[in-house]
Amino acid sequence: MDRFLQLTITGLSNGMIYALVALGFVIIYKSSDVINFAQGDLLLFGAYLAFAFVAQFGLHWTLGVVLTLVAAVVAGVIIESIVLRPLIGEPVISMIMVTIGLSSVLRAIVNAIWGPRPQSFPAFIPTQDVYIGPAVVGADRLIAIGIALAFLVAFTLFFRFTREGIAMRAIADDQQAALSMGISIKRIFALAWGIAAAAAAVGGIILANIVGVSGDISVLGLRVFPVVILGGLDSIPGAIIGGAIIGLLEAYTGGYIGQGLNLIVPFVVLVLVLMVRPYGLFGKEIIERV
Amino acid sequence: MESGIFFTDYRADMALRRKPTQQVRLGLFVAFLLIFPFVASPYWLTLANQIGIATIGAIGLNILVGYTGQISLGQGAFMAVGAYTSGILAARLGVPFWLSIPIACLVTAAVGVVFGLPSLRLKGLYLAMATLAAQEIVEWVITHWTSLTGGTEALVVPAPTLLGARVNTDFRFYWIILVAAGFTALFTANLFRSRVGRAFVAIRDQDIAAEVIGVNVFFYKLLAFATSSFFVGLAGALTAHYRTIISWERFTIEVSILYLAMIIIGGLGTINGSFFGAAFMTLLPAFINNVGRALRDVAPLVATLLPAVQQGVFGAVLIFFLIVEPEGLAKLWRNIKDYFYVWPFSY
Repeated sequence: MDRFLQLTITGLSNGMIYALVALGFVIIYKSSDVINFAQGDLLLFGAYLAFAFVAQFGLHWTLGVVLTLVAAVVAGVIIESIVLRPLIGEPVISMIMVTIGLSSVLRAIVNAIWGPRPQSFPAFIPTQDVYIGPAVVGADRLIAIGIALAFLVAFTLFFRFTREGIAMRAIADDQQAALSMGISIKRIFALAWGIAAAAAAVGGIILANIVGVSGDISVLGLRVFPVVILGGLDSIPGAIIGGAIIGLLEAYTGGYIGQGLNLIVPFVVLVLVLMVRPYGLFGKEIIERV
Repeated sequence: MESGIFFTDYRADMALRRKPTQQVRLGLFVAFLLIFPFVASPYWLTLANQIGIATIGAIGLNILVGYTGQISLGQGAFMAVGAYTSGILAARLGVPFWLSIPIACLVTAAVGVVFGLPSLRLKGLYLAMATLAAQEIVEWVITHWTSLTGGTEALVVPAPTLLGARVNTDFRFYWIILVAAGFTALFTANLFRSRVGRAFVAIRDQDIAAEVIGVNVFFYKLLAFATSSFFVGLAGALTAHYRTIISWERFTIEVSILYLAMIIIGGLGTINGSFFGAAFMTLLPAFINNVGRALRDVAPLVATLLPAVQQGVFGAVLIFFLIVEPEGLAKLWRNIKDYFYVWPFSY
């Protein structure tokens, strides 16, 4: 029973980190219909920016975090205007390949500026162990869970009640109709990418606190695809719940069956979900009309 | 862009090379390919072999992605299946390469059909996800099925023996690759003159309309996966015998992305494009390496930055082509040809 509780807590906390990354995917897909293969690298970029501000420039961590978020938003907007806007309306494969190209460029920039070796990050999120019953978990992971849930609430409210959020949903639904209603697609796309980059930066900062900065952070981008598909590509609660499910599955598989299997289980789940219910648990169904 | 060309029988009309200029160009190209290994330096011969293998893989991928419109991120996995099958047959069972390679191709085609099953229900992005998952799963199987593949250890494959001579130099391997690439290109060109090829293209353009007019979409999708995987498996098997040492690291998702970049930069849905893209993406890293080495004495910083520059240039080139010329190098080539063809009437 103890083991089960420990695995559950570990799985949930890992899952919430996945969910944070997945949120970025969902925001971009929800507003611009683009699946961003470079999300993991936005995570990497945010982590290294925070590293630069806090460790290399020696700023206090609150200032460092704020500056990182601002820089991430700016980067997101720039990326959107240079790389994505010329490709609006192009077929899916062009979108996928352009974000893959973007991922290479981001990784190259990080590699060139900060070098390929992993560096240690001055952790400012408390890391002492917290006991929940017999299970132990680091405080930083609990904070990650808290932040993910806070984001969940914030973004759900944003998409439901604010003008910009409703505008994003309108554009995702029907671009032409949204344009004719006077919604500025350029502004909204820029806003979506800025928000997604900021969410990725937060995820990157948390990851940097837990494992330090290194090139491996960007691998998380690929591993989060099962989460996004399971939850539904355009559903924010889906990202959180999908993250929890995948995190728990990984923990249970690793704990009860064997260490080698837990990395591949999410991808097997991905295939099963795609075969049975491609739009995920909460995603919107696409109906093709001829 | 063909005015003033008239044919008097179907055979001439459907020929692969219809105009005299095309035939002359083809003749020159074949002559060049035949003379090249005798005059080229070993460095260029190695590059040529790499380009040849990459062309075969790119044509295979193009059959699936360019002609049939099914996005596949599983290229690395298919090449791995072909390479490991041929490698294991040759290394463990002593099967001669001219038998192990076709067997490897057929096995890869079968695996391709299995990969293609999701295409019944999925399109576009979701199919890309499914093939991504399949790529990761195959990678995992290779590294964990240690009794068969040796796990994470490299597999040593003996160099092939042909007509009594060991094919272990670039010069000798060139001819094998040339024959294989020629076969691939000719097969694909003829495939798309046949009704199977037309079915593939119909599926890409409007699959619902194709189903309506009687094309069995699911069957032809699976056939596309099988055909494409056959050639990709051929490329993988040739890699195994060419390099004589293979490991799973050679067949990761990075390889899938590299091949997708090749066919996009080269031109989706064209054989020319596959060749141009393969050549471009093989020569680009070599070129950057040479530039880096030349600049090393001038600016030592360049040496440390070189891997980052490689990666960055790859991404930048891909993005550049997607924004500026989405139809790739094949379109540029066609523009050049057309310019001369209709000169001086450029409109």
